[in-house]
Amino acid sequence: MSVLSSELTTWLALVLVGFLPNEMWRWLGVVFARGLDEGTEILVWVRAVATAILAGVIAKLTIFAPGVLASVPMPVRLAAVMIGFLAFVLIRRSVLAGVIVGEMALVLGALVFSP
Amino acid sequence: MSSADPPTSTFAAYRAGFNATWTSVFAYVLFGTYIGIGALGHDFGFSLAWTVVCTLLVWAGPAQVILVSALGAGASFIEIAVAVGLSAVRLLPMVVAMLPMIKRPDARAWKLVLPAHFTAVSLWVEAMRLLPKVPRENRIAFCNGLGSGYSVVATAATITGFYLAAKLPPLMSAALLFLTPLAFLMSTLRNATMLVDRLALALGLILGPLFAYWQVGLDLMWSGVAAGTAAYMVHRVREALQ
Repeated sequence: MSVLSSELTTWLALVLVGFLPNEMWRWLGVVFARGLDEGTEILVWVRAVATAILAGVIAKLTIFAPGVLASVPMPVRLAAVMIGFLAFVLIRRSVLAGVIVGEMALVLGALVFSP
Repeated sequence: MSSADPPTSTFAAYRAGFNATWTSVFAYVLFGTYIGIGALGHDFGFSLAWTVVCTLLVWAGPAQVILVSALGAGASFIEIAVAVGLSAVRLLPMVVAMLPMIKRPDARAWKLVLPAHFTAVSLWVEAMRLLPKVPRENRIAFCNGLGSGYSVVATAATITGFYLAAKLPPLMSAALLFLTPLAFLMSTLRNATMLVDRLALALGLILGPLFAYWQVGLDLMWSGVAAGTAAYMVHRVREALQ
């Protein structure tokens, strides 16, 4: 961990390669939103793109899972998302129900099917 | 709040936003997610102060996971900056879609910097749901209150996770990491009431991993633009036919 050798370097890294490359998109958003009014047609498209990017993030986190989540087999992860989705649809479109049932499916599946 | 509410003072609106945190499912999801991120910071050898400041400054789960694990593994600064930047592209259309809902014609740009900073999936999804019931004059303060509430939750969780790190069983850590895709999906589903949003969600779920599998550069951005634009075109054609 040579990068961590200096305390100052880690703080500098936080600002330069963590905060700035992330925050610049928010600042750009402030610039682009100037002069746009609520109800402008183009916002329907912008929202569709935001939703689709988010969908991509969801799918990628499930399929190419990060860290220890990768130790749970992929079929279990996919099945857990689908079971969570079913719970969401069946239980009054409740986000909480979908999340809890999906988590339970993941943990049970991991206990049963993990090597 | 009902739609008939008259504007209140800025502080009352801020407090209403702050209070809305505790009835939002995202408060609990954020708590779980940031326990995982706090533990990650501990495992890679960062200090508690650094891990907490990282949560407050970066304020985006996926970017923090990348930053902590890549920096801890000794990746080059350029490499890390590019990876963090790519993971955060989604914030741009979110800010562009949300700010027109909260600003007034005379709003100064600097007043929008804080709500833009708080913009992440959690705030975006809940703001889209709650803002229509908040008088326009109060929406900036309401968003700042909601964002502050979420920050308090995430900070408490980061500290908790940092100290719990060694005691977390691997399956528990995996379950915490799984909260993000589950909560993102359910809340996006709940908010997608128009056909165009539902189509964008469905197409994005398919194109996102495909573009990643094909190793398209900037895969998330291009799959989002392609799926979002296709959904929008279907929406336009359908409107023209009616």
